[in-house]
Amino acid sequence: MSARFEIAPPPSGPVPYPRELSIKLLTDMLRIRRLEEKCAELYGAGKIRGFLHLYIGEEAVAAGSLPALAPEDNVVATYREHGHALLRGVSMNAIMAEMFGKREGCSRGRGGSMHLFDAAARFFGGNAIVGGGLPLAVGLALASQMQKRKRVTACYFGEGAVAEGAFHESMNLAQLWHLPVAWFLENNHYAMGTSVERSESQTDFCIKAAAFGMPTLKVDGMDVVAVHEVAKRACAQVRAGEGPVFVEFNTYRFRAHSMFDAELYRDKAEVELWKTRGPIHTFSARLKDQGDLTEEQFLEIDRAVMAEVQRAVDFAEAGAWEPVEHLLKDVYAP
Amino acid sequence: MTITYREALRQGLYDAFEKDERVFLMGEDVGKYGGTYAVSKGMLERYGPERVRDAPLSELAFVGAGIGAAIGGMRPIVEVMTVNFSMLALDQIVNTAAMLRHMSGGQFEAPVVIRMSTGAGRQLAAQHSNTLEAWYAHVPGLKVVAAATIDDAHGMVLAALDDPNPVVIFEYPALFELRGDVVHPSVDIATAKVMRPGNKVTLVTYGACLHKTLEAAEAVDGEVIDLRVLRPLDMAPVFESVRKTRRAIIVDEGWRSGSIAAEIMARIVEGAFYELDAPLARVCREEVPIPYPKHLEEAALPQVEKIVAAAKELLG
Ligand SMILES: Cc1ncc(C[n+]2csc(CCOP(=O)(O)OP(=O)(O)O)c2C)c(N)n1
Repeated sequence: MSARFEIAPPPSGPVPYPRELSIKLLTDMLRIRRLEEKCAELYGAGKIRGFLHLYIGEEAVAAGSLPALAPEDNVVATYREHGHALLRGVSMNAIMAEMFGKREGCSRGRGGSMHLFDAAARFFGGNAIVGGGLPLAVGLALASQMQKRKRVTACYFGEGAVAEGAFHESMNLAQLWHLPVAWFLENNHYAMGTSVERSESQTDFCIKAAAFGMPTLKVDGMDVVAVHEVAKRACAQVRAGEGPVFVEFNTYRFRAHSMFDAELYRDKAEVELWKTRGPIHTFSARLKDQGDLTEEQFLEIDRAVMAEVQRAVDFAEAGAWEPVEHLLKDVYAP
Repeated sequence: MTITYREALRQGLYDAFEKDERVFLMGEDVGKYGGTYAVSKGMLERYGPERVRDAPLSELAFVGAGIGAAIGGMRPIVEVMTVNFSMLALDQIVNTAAMLRHMSGGQFEAPVVIRMSTGAGRQLAAQHSNTLEAWYAHVPGLKVVAAATIDDAHGMVLAALDDPNPVVIFEYPALFELRGDVVHPSVDIATAKVMRPGNKVTLVTYGACLHKTLEAAEAVDGEVIDLRVLRPLDMAPVFESVRKTRRAIIVDEGWRSGSIAAEIMARIVEGAFYELDAPLARVCREEVPIPYPKHLEEAALPQVEKIVAAAKELLG
C-alpha cells in the first residue's frame, strides 16, 4: 500500500466526560451510521435516487462539533450533509422522507439528499456546488455582526473546496471584516478521486488559513473527544467576537465518493487501515475500558437507533408525493 | 460493430490525441479517477499525466489555463465536469476566450476546446440539472455545438480542434448508453441536419431532446432537424423544411425565456413568416429549478407526449 499517510494510532485514552455526554456522542455517531447504511440499501432498492454521498467514517466530526453550537447559531454544509442535518435537530423522519422525495421531507421533497434544509434548525443546506456554501456563510455572519447578535455561523466544507477561488475570497472577507464564522474543514484526503497531494501545492491547510491572519486549529477528526474539545474552543472564540476561526478535522470516508465510483484512486489496504481508526468502535472501546459502557448497553443503544431508522423508513414510505400541479411552487415569493 | 455514445466520445479523444501531439486533456478527475462519466477511462495509462492532466477543483483557473495554453500554441481540450460548474469559469470563457480575437484587433486567437456535460433527467435536483447551452450560444466569438448522435459524439471534438475559434462542446449523460455506429468519421461543426424527413410539421431540436423528438415525429409525420451547432446557427435547413411543412415546433430542454427555442422562433418569423400556416410553438423546460422527485422532474422537462400534443394542436 502507498504509505502516503502517516496514520496515527487509533484514538485511545480516557474519555473525560460524564457518562451521559459520552453516551450522547456515541449515540449520535451511531444514528448517522445506521441512517446512512440504510440509505445505501434503499439506494440499491431504487427508493433513493440521484446522487447519494455518504459520511460513513467521518461521523465524529459532526457528532463532536455540532453540540458546540447553540440553537441560535447557523449551520452551512455540503452535499455530504445527512449527519449534520440530523445532529442539528432535523428529524430522521424528515430527512428520510426528503431522500424519498416525499412532501413530508425537510425540503418538501424538492431537494433530495444533497439539499437538506431546515429553517427552524437554522440549517442552511445542503449545497451541491463545491465551495458554494462558503460565501453564504460569510454573508450570514455579516448579518449577525451588523445586527450585533452573538451568533456563530459554522461552515462545513471538504478539502476539495480549498482549491476554489470561493475559499480564498471567503477567508479573506471573513478575516478582513472580523466575522463570526467557524470554518470547519473536513479533510478526508480525497476530492472524488483526487488526493490532496495531487491537487494542492501547499498541503497544510492551516498554513493557508493562517496566511489570511486567521487563528487555526488542527485535530484528529476520528476522535470525537478531540473534535468536541476543539469545536467548543473555536465556537467560544468566535462567539466572543474574536473573528473567524479555522479548524481542520483530519478524517476519512470509508465508502465511495457517491454511488458511482469505482475507487480506482486508492488502495483497499489504505481504507482498511483507516477503518482501524473508525470513530465509533474506537470510542466505544474507550468507554468500555473505563467502565462507562458494556457490550449489552452498546447493543441496546444500537437497537434503539435501528428502531429510529426503521420508523423513519416507514414514515417516508407512508409519505405523499407532491401533486404535479404544484410543480411551479416556490420559485418566487407567493 | 456498434458502440455507445460514451465510447464514441472516448474514441474521438483518442483520435485527437493520435492526430496532433499538441493536444492534451485537462479537467477534474479526467485521469486517475477514470473520468467523471468514465469518458476518459484508460487515457492516463496510455498517454501519461503530461497529456491527461487532473486539475484541482478550480474551474475558473483551469479553464482559463486551457485558454491561455491555446493562445500559447497548445491544443487543449478542457473538460468541465458539468455545465453547472462551468458557471464558475464563465468569466474566462466569455471575457477572455470569446473576446480575445476582437479586442486584440485580430492579433490573438484562443483555439481552445471546452467540453462539458449538460442536461437533466437523472434526479440530480436543482443544482446538478441545468441546461444552459443558451447562455453560451448568446456570446459572439464562441462556437457552440451539441452532440446528439454517435457521429457527433465522436467527431465534434476533432472538428473543434481544427477550428481556430474557441469551441464549447455539449455532451449529454442522458445519451451515454445510446448505441450506434460511427457512420461518418469526420463531421462538420457548421450545419444543422435533417434527421427524419416528414411532411406535416417541422420539429427543431438539439441535444438529448433529439431522441424524444424523433420518437414523437413518428406519431405526427414530423420532419426532425438537429441543430447540432447552436452558434452560429444554420437556419437554411429549417427554412427549407418550414416551406414544406408550413408549421414548426421547437423542442428545447432549456428554460423557455431567453432560450435557444426563442431564438429559433424569432429567426423563423424574420426569415419565413409568410411560409407559416400556424403560429409557432415550443416545448421547453418549465420555468422552475429541477425538483428531485421523478414525477416532478419528468413534468418539468420536454417529453414525447408533450411534443406529440403540441404537434396535434398545431395540426388542428
Ligand atoms: C464547483 C463544483 N465542481 C465540481 C463538482 C463535482 N464534485 C462534487 S463533490 C466533488 C469532490 C469534493 O471533494 P471535497 O470538497 O473534498 O468533499 P468530499 O466530497 O470529499 O466530502 C466534486 C469534484 C461540484 N459539485 N462543484
